[in-house]
Amino acid sequence: MSKSAFSYSSIAKKIVMSLAGLFLTSFLVVHLIINLLILFDDSRELFNQAAHFMATNALIQVFQYVLFFGFILHIILGLILQIQNWVARPIRYEKKGFSELSYFSKFMIHTGAIIFIFLIIHFVNFFIKAKFGHIEPITYASGTYEDLGLLIVKLFEDGGYVIFYVISILLLGFHLDHGFQSAFQSLGLNHSRYTPFIKAFGTIFSIALTLGFITIPLVIYFS
Amino acid sequence: MDLTLKIWRQPDASQKGRFVDYQVQNISADASFLEMLDILNERLVIEGEDPVAFDHDCREGICGACSLYINGRPHGPDKGITTCQMHMRRFKDGETIVIEPWRARPFPVIKDLMVDRTAFDEIIRAGGYVSINTGGVPDANAIPIPKRDADTAMDAASCIGCGACVAACKNASAMLFVSAKVSQFAVLPQGKVEARERVQNMVAKMDELGFGNCTNTYACEAECPKEISVSHIARMNREFLSSKVVSEKTK
Repeated sequence: MSKSAFSYSSIAKKIVMSLAGLFLTSFLVVHLIINLLILFDDSRELFNQAAHFMATNALIQVFQYVLFFGFILHIILGLILQIQNWVARPIRYEKKGFSELSYFSKFMIHTGAIIFIFLIIHFVNFFIKAKFGHIEPITYASGTYEDLGLLIVKLFEDGGYVIFYVISILLLGFHLDHGFQSAFQSLGLNHSRYTPFIKAFGTIFSIALTLGFITIPLVIYFS
Repeated sequence: MDLTLKIWRQPDASQKGRFVDYQVQNISADASFLEMLDILNERLVIEGEDPVAFDHDCREGICGACSLYINGRPHGPDKGITTCQMHMRRFKDGETIVIEPWRARPFPVIKDLMVDRTAFDEIIRAGGYVSINTGGVPDANAIPIPKRDADTAMDAASCIGCGACVAACKNASAMLFVSAKVSQFAVLPQGKVEARERVQNMVAKMDELGFGNCTNTYACEAECPKEISVSHIARMNREFLSSKVVSEKTK
C-alpha cells in the first residue's frame, strides 16, 4: 500500500464520506426511536427492555464495530478534506464571500468538532458505564434488566448537562441539514425531479430528529 | 460618482502584496467597471505611478479573461455576468470598493489583480477533448442526438473557464469547471468513447494541482457568470464512480 489517504482522489474521499455519513444517520434514527421509549412509561420498562435487546443481540453487537469504523472513517476523512481545503487557499480574502446556497456547509468542521466532543462525553457517560460499569438491576413482570433508564433520568436532572446536550443536538441538526442533501450530491444523485425533494426531506428530517432528541431531556428535566 | 478603491497591489508572485487605497472622481454611472479602472490607470500613468494590472480581453462577457473579486464576490454583485459587463450604476456614490485577485493556491498572482490560470489549461490537457484523428468532416446530423442531451451539453460548454467558481468556493475547489468540461462530452455520443479515461484523468490532474475538495456549498453556481449548474458536479461524481468501478486496470 503505497497510497496514503491523502492521495486518494477528492471524489473518492467524498463518496466514502457521504456513505459513512448516511450510515451514521441511519444509526441516529434507531438511537432516537429507542431513546423515545423512555418517555413511554414511568417505570422505564420498555426502554430497559430495548436497551437489553441492543446489548445482547449478536447482530447489533457486530454492527457496533461497523458503527465505530463508520465514525472513525467519517471523522478522519472529514479532517483530511478540511486540511486540504485550507491549504488550497493560502491567502484569505479581505472581504469574505457570502453567496453560499447551502449555508451550514461552511460550518461542517466546527459543528462536527463539537459533536465529536459531545460524542466522547456521551461515551463516558453512557456507553462505558453500560458496557463495563455496574448498573442496578430492576425487576418487572417481564423479567429483570439493568436500569439504564435511571442513569439517563439522573443525568437529565442536571440543568447544566441538559443545556450542553440540547446545544450539541442543535448543532447535530445543522450538520445533518447540510450533510443529508450533500451526501446525495457527492454520490452523483442529482436529478431535476428528485433533488428538491431530497433537500426538503433532509431539512424536515433534521428538524424532526433534533426535536426528537431534545424533547427527552426537556421532558425529564421539567417533570 | 466619487469612489474609494481598495486594490490589492503585488509586484509578482514572489513578493508580498498589500492593499492600496485610491480615490476616483467624476466616474459616470454608465461607465463599465473596467472602464473605471482604465480611468484610474490613465491617471496613475500620468502621475508616473505603476498602473494596476488586471486581466481583460473581449469586454463582451464571452472570453473568460476578466476576473476580479469585488466586494466579496467574483465578477461583482450582479448575477450571471462577468466583470466587464458590470456597470458603475451598480455602486453607490462615495462607496468603498474592495478589489482582490482570485485567491487559490493553483492560481498564483502574476501581478496585482492578474492571476495565472494555466492550471485550468492543464486540466483540459489531461482529457478535456475528443480525439478524432482520421476522416473528413462528418455531417452535422449524421448521429442523432436527443435535443435534451444537446442542450445539456451546450449548457455545460458555455463555461468560459474564467475561474470564478474557484474564486467563490470557500475551498478553492475547481469542481464546477471540471464538471462542466466533463459533462459537455459525457452526454454526447462523440464523448462517450473516451469518457472513462477523461473523467479519471481530469479529476486526477485537478487534485494534483492543489484545488480544494467540493463541500457542496454551491457558491460556485451562485457566482458563475454563465450560471453553470451544480448538477454537472453530480454527473461528474457519477461518471467518476462508475468509471472507477467498471474500468480495467491500466497496463
